[in-house]
Amino acid sequence: MHYAILCYHDENVVCAWSKQEDDAVMARLSRVQERLAAQGKLGPVVRLLPTTAATTLRKDREPPLVIDGPFAETKEQLLGFYVVDCASLEEVLQIAQELAAANPGGAYEIRPIGVFNPGSARA
Amino acid sequence: MSDVSWIDAVLTSARAQAVAALLRYFRDLDIAEEAFQEACLRALKSWPKNGPPRDAAAWLIMVGKNAAIDSVRRQRREAPLPQEEEISDLSDVEASTVERIDEADYRDDILRLLFVCCHPELPATQQIALALRIVSGLSTRQIARAFLVSDDAMEQRITRAKARVAKANVPFEAPSAADRSERLAAVAAMLYLLFNEGYTAGASAQGSRAALCDEAIRLSRLLLRLFPTEPEIMALTALLLLQHARARARYDEEGLVVLLEEQDRQLWDQKSIAEGLALIDKAVRHRRPGPYQVQAAIAALHARAQHPRDTDWGEIELLYGALERMQPSPVVTLNRAVAAAKVRGPEPALAMIEPLAAKLDGYFYFHGARGAFLFELGRSEEARVAFNRAIALANTPAEAAYIRHQLDRLAQPLP
Repeated sequence: MHYAILCYHDENVVCAWSKQEDDAVMARLSRVQERLAAQGKLGPVVRLLPTTAATTLRKDREPPLVIDGPFAETKEQLLGFYVVDCASLEEVLQIAQELAAANPGGAYEIRPIGVFNPGSARA
Repeated sequence: MSDVSWIDAVLTSARAQAVAALLRYFRDLDIAEEAFQEACLRALKSWPKNGPPRDAAAWLIMVGKNAAIDSVRRQRREAPLPQEEEISDLSDVEASTVERIDEADYRDDILRLLFVCCHPELPATQQIALALRIVSGLSTRQIARAFLVSDDAMEQRITRAKARVAKANVPFEAPSAADRSERLAAVAAMLYLLFNEGYTAGASAQGSRAALCDEAIRLSRLLLRLFPTEPEIMALTALLLLQHARARARYDEEGLVVLLEEQDRQLWDQKSIAEGLALIDKAVRHRRPGPYQVQAAIAALHARAQHPRDTDWGEIELLYGALERMQPSPVVTLNRAVAAAKVRGPEPALAMIEPLAAKLDGYFYFHGARGAFLFELGRSEEARVAFNRAIALANTPAEAAYIRHQLDRLAQPLP
């Protein structure tokens, strides 16, 4: 069984960390990650950029609506995620629109990735 | 005592929101600040035992408000002192406040708090000092160190700024859409000043003043979180991130300025660049261009170039042209000329800046750029005069050292 571990924290607090504090947290995490990777248990590791960089595609209407900011509704839940490699927001939105056409309803939140480690775990 | 550094981070992140709400209640900066101070002291006592509240800002607002009211009562000696247990019993505080304070109030509160620091009558240095004191919560000593003045001088500067703000009748009613966008523009300009104060500090002051850049970015992100659909605020945040990404490459080991073209691009912070590029990307989709978007687009072109020779100077010249139309200024023209020199050589660039001589005669960069154009054209004697003038106008030892280096190059016989 594969499990996703989704990270939540108060962004105001994390953004108030100094570079040293942030580096220290990342260093502690990478020690844990190295151990897990050596055991072949670690899949992709992703740190998203702040929600201010987020864009949301509401796909519960036609045509879907692009809004600035993160997905903030509580009546819908995070059910999965993709990682795509694109040159611009325009391109990601195009892919999201295609996915939306295949699966209307709900929303896609598009968040630029800050740290991406594809990992060693196998499907 | 156990490690309480997490409390610092929580207090810092909640400060703007809490002080802003307290300012709305008490309509007085000093009372709001003291109330927040008192709430922080109580947090330091209570949180290590009880853990952090679910909504730290709401807790601090409620506790600060009660503490300030108590202190007013105590001074008037009208009411008997409340039992300490009563004040400290805060278990219900949170749930009730969270529901009452809604997101829109927070937004206008914080904007107002930032806006009181940008009163047009306050000179730029006072605006920044006041913002650092009130919004960021830096101590007078920390601010004094960043501005390289004595604690007493800074104390006076802040007191004077507060007095002016108190007289200025800060509007407390909810702002109209037009007021709001006017306030946003003033606040954005102040944050940019704050950033530049740190950015132009020079290598010797890296520690205390580089922190100003971090703080400007933090506040800019905060503003963007409150106004997530404003392309100019996206672009301001992008601009600050893209500039700050180069921080480590901007000075060499001896503290000399390293020009953009000579910087080791491996030292640029790719994470900041990624965030900056993502934000400018978002901003331009709105098709509502503005000066911060143009400036961020210029910074993005530099950030995207893996090597100086990959820089799209033609596009940069066009963007400076656009900026000139939005915000005509001799400094922008000077920058356009620097880009033009890359595309079309020093001669047309020199022709572009000669008419600026009267307006920019007291400006370090004007004489530095003019010297560089003249040098490239082989007019060494005139270049020397321009560089000497630049040295006399240098704002930091690093700037002077850079020009001295140019003069040394002039002195060397051409190979």
